[in-house]
Amino acid sequence: MSEDISYLGVMSRKNEIMKNAVGIDYEKFESGSIAFDYEKMMRETGYTLDEMQKIQRDVSVGNTPIIELKNLTKLARRLSPKGKGARIFIKDEASNPSGSFKARRAANAVYHAKKLGYKGVIAATSGNYGAAVASQAAMHGLKCIIVQECYDSKGKGQPEIIEKARKCESYGAEVVQLTVGPELFYIFLRLLEETGYFNASLYTPFGIAGVEVLGYEIAMQFREKEGRDPDVVVCTNAGGGNLTGTARGLIKAGAINTKVVGASVNLKGLHMASDIQFNKKSFTTGHTGFGIPFCTWPDRSDVPRSAARPLRYMDRYVTVNQGEVFYITEALAQLEGLERGPAGNTSLAAGFALAQELDENKIIVVQETEYTGAGKHIQPQLTFARENGIEIKFGNPEDEIPGKNIILPEHPSLIKARDIDLNNIKKSYIKNCVEKTKVTNINYEDLEFLIKDTKSNEEFVKEVLNDLNVKYVQQNLGV
Amino acid sequence: MDAKKGDWVLIHNIVLNPKERAPQVPDDTKEVPLEMWVKGFINHDALIDSEVEITTMTGRIVRGRLIDVNPYYKHNYGKCVPELLKIGLQLREIVFGGEDRE
Repeated sequence: MSEDISYLGVMSRKNEIMKNAVGIDYEKFESGSIAFDYEKMMRETGYTLDEMQKIQRDVSVGNTPIIELKNLTKLARRLSPKGKGARIFIKDEASNPSGSFKARRAANAVYHAKKLGYKGVIAATSGNYGAAVASQAAMHGLKCIIVQECYDSKGKGQPEIIEKARKCESYGAEVVQLTVGPELFYIFLRLLEETGYFNASLYTPFGIAGVEVLGYEIAMQFREKEGRDPDVVVCTNAGGGNLTGTARGLIKAGAINTKVVGASVNLKGLHMASDIQFNKKSFTTGHTGFGIPFCTWPDRSDVPRSAARPLRYMDRYVTVNQGEVFYITEALAQLEGLERGPAGNTSLAAGFALAQELDENKIIVVQETEYTGAGKHIQPQLTFARENGIEIKFGNPEDEIPGKNIILPEHPSLIKARDIDLNNIKKSYIKNCVEKTKVTNINYEDLEFLIKDTKSNEEFVKEVLNDLNVKYVQQNLGV
Repeated sequence: MDAKKGDWVLIHNIVLNPKERAPQVPDDTKEVPLEMWVKGFINHDALIDSEVEITTMTGRIVRGRLIDVNPYYKHNYGKCVPELLKIGLQLREIVFGGEDRE
């Protein structure tokens, strides 16, 4: 058994390794063209809401408190026109084991791995998900390996990622740390092949389904507390699973009028796989470097078809700047007595700005918080930025240039949620679908799929396809 | 000997040399190797910088260059960032103080 372990050798076995490591035959849901049966995949490989609630309850995940941010609301109203300034609430997901909402994704994934008889789990993540998988693996007595992109070529690491490694190790996991680069996936595949462990991907149906419980809980808690569904739920958006799962849970609860807004930190201009730029950013997740590419092509993840499909559910997509998220993190501590984040507070910065657009009687929910600790706190992160040549100053956040400076708003009225043109993102997604499949014409099934996957309409999809010289063939001649 | 058999250690490896890196990697990253760090219990006595074999927490056997014995975490809460001190004062003034006071 001497398999080829070169980069190309391992990558050529990718599909086979993945199939063994997630136990899902994704081929079953493929149409051979652009369309694939997303709902069937979620149904057949996921769990029912009841089952998921039970799985999470058994490991003390979920049922996290909803906290009304009364002083931040007061602040927002001071800055709004009369009658504006929605009530701001936050779902305190930091109170999950492992300290973030990622416990929900991990609870389902690790439960599933255990049920299928795997001896261990592996996840490729530098974020909270690693800690969540490690924590769940500890509860189930499974072995756990977390693969992190951690250092630049000088061996310098983001304090936040180093803290995550510590947290994983505290739960008994093995942490494999790497320098910058997409070849992390190659190491990940090698480890899966070597150990035969389960791929606790962030993007499997059961992982995403785990977040549905979060969305469902929000609707139920607000009905109990306020007698109605919230008007807006803001989700920090990176790979799309947080938003997808939350939105699906809201829909399952029947909260169909609640608007779902995605928020990412603007890291425009920084290349995520660049060794030099790696330590020029202060956010390792929740940023546009993940948010935009995963929206325009969700199937770039570590499974053949991602269950995280944010464009399906997003009503609006906004960005905030690094300085604004740091500022709001400090505001959360100073005005509400809650030390959380910072990365998870991306949606709080956006929510704070969006609340000022809404009437006073509206409700806006920021749907997560995450734990704070050494390294994972605004002070070490700003210290690290400063040591890496990033200028930190008060000013107008509009002047922030990612990789060059971090501008703390000199007044809270300068915190803004800046809209991303969702139609452009949807167009890019459709273009990517066409390019990856190399189709020149599409059938009814593809059209329906593209409409759903972009939350748009027939006219929009047809117009985009027309610009791409792809014809819609009404008769499905292939049948 | 710097490490005795059974000690908790950190090892380092070059996984891919610059010319072996993936085609989609940006130019600056292509100039440097892909490096890896793993911790585990060392399987024999050894000197720092020598090639060693370890058993990781999950029981994997990994080889690499010994770089640290009893490695520990060095991250912390950073240095004083004076700007942060101003934010809370400003916010409390807007919400609870000043002329706008309810």
